[in-house]
Amino acid sequence: MSATYGVLGRRLRKLDGLKKATGEALYADDLHLPRMLHCKLLRSPHAHARVRKVDFTRALAHPGVVAVLEGKEIPTRYGIIPWTQDETALAVGKVRFIGDAVAAVAAVDELAAEEALSLVDVDYEPLPALVEPEDALKPGACLIHEPSKHGNVSKHVDLAFGDVDAALRNSAAAVDQEFFYAGSAHAPIEPHCALANYDADGNLTLWSSTQIAHYVHRELSRVLEIPETRIRVVQPFVGGAFGGKSDPFALEFVVAKLAMKTGRPVKCLYTREEEFWAHRGRHPMKMRFQVGLAQDGRIEAVQSKILIDGGAYSSFGLVTAYYAGQLLTGPYQFGTYHFDSTRVFTNKPPCGPKRGHGSVQPRFAFEVALDMAAEKLKLDPIDVRRRNFIGEQVRTVNGQLITSNGFLQCLDAVEKASGWKARRGKLGPGRGLGVAGSMYISGTAYPIYPNEMPQSGIQVKLDRSGRVTIFSGGSDIGQGTNSLPAYLIAEEIGCDPRDCTVVVSDTDLTPVDLGSYSSRGTFMIGIACVEAGQRLWAQLSQAVAEHWGVAPAQVDGQLGTLFVEGTDHRMSFKEAVCVAEAKFGTLGATGSYRTQKLGGDYRGGTIGASPAYSFTAHVAEVRVDTETGVWTVERVWAAHDCGRALNPTLVEGQIEGSVYMGWAEAAMEEMTYYPTGLHRGPSLLDYRIPTSVDTPELSALIVESHDPNGPHGAKEAGEGPLHPVIPAISNAIHDAVGVRLTTLPFHPGRVLELLRQKEKGAC
Amino acid sequence: MEGLPRPAKRLLELRVNGDRREVAVEPRSTLLEALRYVLGLTGSKQGCDKGDCGACTVLVDGRPHLACISLALEAAGHDITTIEGLARGGHVHPVQDAFDLCGALQCGFCQPGTMLSAAALLEENPRPSREEIKQALSGNLCRCTGYTKILEAVEVASGQRQVAEKDPRPTTGDPP
Repeated sequence: MSATYGVLGRRLRKLDGLKKATGEALYADDLHLPRMLHCKLLRSPHAHARVRKVDFTRALAHPGVVAVLEGKEIPTRYGIIPWTQDETALAVGKVRFIGDAVAAVAAVDELAAEEALSLVDVDYEPLPALVEPEDALKPGACLIHEPSKHGNVSKHVDLAFGDVDAALRNSAAAVDQEFFYAGSAHAPIEPHCALANYDADGNLTLWSSTQIAHYVHRELSRVLEIPETRIRVVQPFVGGAFGGKSDPFALEFVVAKLAMKTGRPVKCLYTREEEFWAHRGRHPMKMRFQVGLAQDGRIEAVQSKILIDGGAYSSFGLVTAYYAGQLLTGPYQFGTYHFDSTRVFTNKPPCGPKRGHGSVQPRFAFEVALDMAAEKLKLDPIDVRRRNFIGEQVRTVNGQLITSNGFLQCLDAVEKASGWKARRGKLGPGRGLGVAGSMYISGTAYPIYPNEMPQSGIQVKLDRSGRVTIFSGGSDIGQGTNSLPAYLIAEEIGCDPRDCTVVVSDTDLTPVDLGSYSSRGTFMIGIACVEAGQRLWAQLSQAVAEHWGVAPAQVDGQLGTLFVEGTDHRMSFKEAVCVAEAKFGTLGATGSYRTQKLGGDYRGGTIGASPAYSFTAHVAEVRVDTETGVWTVERVWAAHDCGRALNPTLVEGQIEGSVYMGWAEAAMEEMTYYPTGLHRGPSLLDYRIPTSVDTPELSALIVESHDPNGPHGAKEAGEGPLHPVIPAISNAIHDAVGVRLTTLPFHPGRVLELLRQKEKGAC
Repeated sequence: MEGLPRPAKRLLELRVNGDRREVAVEPRSTLLEALRYVLGLTGSKQGCDKGDCGACTVLVDGRPHLACISLALEAAGHDITTIEGLARGGHVHPVQDAFDLCGALQCGFCQPGTMLSAAALLEENPRPSREEIKQALSGNLCRCTGYTKILEAVEVASGQRQVAEKDPRPTTGDPP
């Protein structure tokens, strides 16, 4: 590779951008196979019920119906976390929420399958529906999962670091505040879709809109009871995910089993309504936060008690309960810290990991509480955050290692861009500025199932034509994981990234990558790419150096040309490959990202341990109409420390998309249910997501801290930048009109109610 | 519902992307179903099947139309443009090129519809203001981008904005 970058840091096109622009890119529902059947799932009308009997007699008689499936045919429990596997593809003995999958029908077309669903006779015995977590926790409450050692508690975590009670007592300013963060949905524009084919050789292929092909591969093998060697999972283009496609889902097992039963390809496409049943969205959290500051603004104590509404199944819930506390301990130094989080099962669609998994909710509460405490001490909100900066190469109070940290530069950037010093307090009535900060992981140090193997692998093949083929298990859900290997390998070996083919996410063809979750892609796939690229460059540069009679270290390469600086030695990348292939034989290399030993030395101390953390600061400017409670965000300035921006355009896209999604949760999004557990509006008309007209102006500001462990210094950008926008808006509304929004979403009605209370108090 | 009796399919001629195609559809079939499942033009996407998300947007006589809530039979006699027909003569439309250059394509699923809405806007109004772009695209939900890069891309396509750094390598967007 060259001393200066030819590829990294540049605003290059994505490798698959024009495929997407022209409609060439094929998503799961764009795939059709001859003789393909269409599958539909019957969903429970009861929030909680025993399933006594499923009778398919009438459904099977319906014209076009080819096969049916019920839970007892595939009864093996599965789940993303090996210790909490509590789901079955279709109900086995019980349904646990309105929308839980009960049975499946495969027919010659979608309409026939849909019609046949109404002819499946299910005998239910209704049980009490536990819709609110408090009800599920009552003594004697009906058990949602039986047997259970802990009632309806899905996971309880209680971790203390230092004497937080004493520190709270001794603090100069203490805040004790309750918060509620409403649940929300991922709402990717592409609904879940899966297609299975079971061929004559007994090999099963599943194409699925998943972001975790490797885990789907493993779980399919367990549930279908066929060896992993007989299963191939392919991820086609995926139309958005945001964490909503990171569990194994019912449709994947159902189409696979039906394909095996019928010997025909079977496809299932969820309706938009089913997206809200399958869910795995943001957990609703009721939070009590106590924050104590010393006179100089240092954070002496943070204590939280968090009740997490998990919905009907575990999903990633074990991790959620930890993340609700473990990921809060930066970018600030905490003197002492205690969190107590409890995830509870309820009879509602299961919650899971949505962008910023588990930590967006407590971040909101903490950053608002910090503002409240700073206000008591009459400290500037940006200054108090600066004063508590944790630094670099330090350990957090809960034992996580912070390597690089660009948080101060993030604060500087948003302070300057927003005109904070000159404008705050001088914007006029109803207008205000608010700030918040955050930290997020760049992947989890440990894989979900314990093993000693790499978390990411890369294989590269060099062809004597000069074409470079890269095999990556990475899962592109829009963030650019299909292009990343080409950028990094091209930089290392001196080829043009356009001369790379990246073969992705196909368990038959590509090495294992654990998937797109916990913001691990750029960091872990990136390191694997750098390793593979360096190995190939060693061969290329040695062969070319011999050819020219120079030392390998003198050979440079960039964008398709190898050369020796200051000489006439130049050859094309293609020629270099030929020279190297003549010397070494067929050229190829692998690279891996291996798990480092990280984390605190206590039970749960590895959860939240990451090889690098990203940092973010936002300033939001709001305008509040005190007559109506309607507020608007004028602009959000979002500065994010991504380590190094390997492609600034893609990093900005992640920042902007994150800010949009967080702002939407503050402004309008909420999963709401009737007391029966029925969703109030499972459609994009009722569950409103913002349009181009609604969305405020966003300014993405990139900060580069060059992480010592990241690939060329890079860290994550996909999830961290979501966190601060919500508290920044709450803090800005307080700056504007003096009321504290502590319940999401910040509906105008809520704002108005607070304004009226404030008025009364003032009278 | 056990389902209504299925009436016989009807033959109709669709003019899609300049081609005249005969398709047999049930009277109840939507234009989106005819395009995706009969003609194999899968570039038009189904996001909600209720007219809420805009991913199915196609141009009917040059104007954006929600194909998932339009009957195929009604499209007879009209000129339909799908995303597959936006590129001409081996070169992508300026909107497609700008979306790629500006990073407006993340997952890309909503974008065929969005790009068609944008192309229709520029046909009618070659230099739209940012507010006019927002209004024209307000029926196309995007969940990835926060819309910023989409709006910028339309400004680039209409010659009102320069990209920060143009990827210098040739693509099908460059003139021959």
